[in-house]
Amino acid sequence: MDYSTGRLLVNQRERQSSKYRVWVLLAVPLAALLFQISVPRFFEVLGFLDMPLLVVIYFSVMWRNQLAGLAIGALIGLAQDSLSHDPLGMFGIDKTLVGYFVASVGVRLDVDNTFLRLLLSFFFYMFHQCLYWVMAHALLGQQSAFDGQRWLLLGLLNALVGISLYHFLDKLRESV
Amino acid sequence: MESFLNRYRNITVLLLVIFAQLILLAVQVKNEQNLPVIRIWTVTAVTPVARVIEGVRTGSIGFLRNYVMLHDADADNRRLRDEVGRLKIENIFLKDELNTADRAKALQIFQAKTPSKMVAGIVIGSGAGTASKVVFVDVGSVAGIERGMAVVTPDGIVGKVIASYPTASEVMLVTDSSFAAGVISQKSGVRGTLKGQGTPTCKLDYVPMEEKIEVGEVLYTSGDDRIFPRGFPAGVVRVVRNGQPYKEILVEPTGLQHGLEDVLIVVQGVHQAIPEAPPANQPVYIASPPPASEAKTAPATEAGTAASSGTDADRLRSVYKAVGDAQNHTFGEGLPGSKPPDFTRLTVTPAATPNTPSGNPGGTQPRPANSSPAGAPPTGAPSVPPPAAGRPGAAAPAKPATPTAAPPPAQPDTQRKANQAGGAGPGGPGR
Repeated sequence: MDYSTGRLLVNQRERQSSKYRVWVLLAVPLAALLFQISVPRFFEVLGFLDMPLLVVIYFSVMWRNQLAGLAIGALIGLAQDSLSHDPLGMFGIDKTLVGYFVASVGVRLDVDNTFLRLLLSFFFYMFHQCLYWVMAHALLGQQSAFDGQRWLLLGLLNALVGISLYHFLDKLRESV
Repeated sequence: MESFLNRYRNITVLLLVIFAQLILLAVQVKNEQNLPVIRIWTVTAVTPVARVIEGVRTGSIGFLRNYVMLHDADADNRRLRDEVGRLKIENIFLKDELNTADRAKALQIFQAKTPSKMVAGIVIGSGAGTASKVVFVDVGSVAGIERGMAVVTPDGIVGKVIASYPTASEVMLVTDSSFAAGVISQKSGVRGTLKGQGTPTCKLDYVPMEEKIEVGEVLYTSGDDRIFPRGFPAGVVRVVRNGQPYKEILVEPTGLQHGLEDVLIVVQGVHQAIPEAPPANQPVYIASPPPASEAKTAPATEAGTAASSGTDADRLRSVYKAVGDAQNHTFGEGLPGSKPPDFTRLTVTPAATPNTPSGNPGGTQPRPANSSPAGAPPTGAPSVPPPAAGRPGAAAPAKPATPTAAPPPAQPDTQRKANQAGGAGPGGPGR
């Protein structure tokens, strides 16, 4: 990972997608889901973390492919739905859109830039929360409160955790 | 198409995936009425389309019916128009039948209620002359119709027979210019001669200026002309004007108001009473009760009690009974030849008429046997029969009244009644 360039945008020649081994593509989302369903049971304070979302953001931005982004977003989202009490499709739609838009953004940005990763994680966490709130209201009729300040704080924490997670996942990337 | 899909492949896939998950979501989620959201979405999405399709279908069928298939509508229209015309004719025929039945029934009722003997006839034709107002009736001399007989309907007088043939009679209508009949107004008792003018209205002639007659008054036949019996409606006063030397009065004949189809010919007339005019707004006079001292001086209080509420005959009977009781005589028990009660002891109070306000209103005082209330002799003598029981024209030649007839005598009705009772005809000696 090269952090010395200091550039945010990349040109056409620099647009290269990262590649990962298959077991990484299977194990990382599975680990994120397991973390999401098991860790908060023992460490309730870590319940604010949305590891599946961070994984979707990472793979989508690193692949720089919209189809790949929406595919992994849909798969992880549906899997998360399956493990949650909500109807199938809530997290699926949410993370599908996140993966698609993150991949769309990653095409034009230097995805190795830490600040951009922080910014993307924070922004798409907020997008994810807002979209879920809207869908819960519109489709499920849930009357939960719009807690924007809490979401901002959690978004920042998730983004900070995401930076560390992304750094770890970068090591699993195949070298070209 | 292929380039379009390549260009928008990613967004297309995104939409498909989102759509698929939405379907998946909708299958699971149910609303508050426990209806699956997918069913709600489906119904919501389908029903507007179905409504549009139904609207298009209805519009198309309506268009086909209203415009494309106009030839059927035109045929139906012609058929319905013919049917409406046929039904109209049938309706007119049935109405005519109904009117005929009603008229026949009315004539029957009128004939039964009227004391005069009448023969029903149907108008079968009118006179050929343009100015003459005559009609032909289908009964003639074979049915006993003679010249000079009156022709009436329940509504009023129609005319008089001027010629009688074996199978038909010629009737001069009241509107003919040579027709005349004596009439009397219902309300004010004004007498005059009703004359035809050749127009739908008649005129009432020989009414002096000082007589008071109002528009709307009903005229009845007076019986003075020896043609029409007294008491048949003749017409209604429509116009009253001052003239010289008599009033100019126009009368609408009531007998011709509802057409002329069925008539009654009076073969034997009987005078009738003229109906009472509707009561006008007159002040009500309530007489004061009789003084008590006068009641005490009554010779027969028992009789007076009965007489106060009975008829003249009852009062007279009470008087005689009181005389009998005073002499210990019981009526009906004495043998023939026995001494009757002394009726010379009857107390006579001249001019004591129980019905006059100035007289004895309570009727407690006996009244002489020879005194009688107006028009009703209390002596038990047979009453005078109705005047002129026969046909009015029978006493004199059946000469039709003409406009040149003399004006009716201005004599009071009671005097004329006395004359009739004395043997004179209803028209008086001069007619």
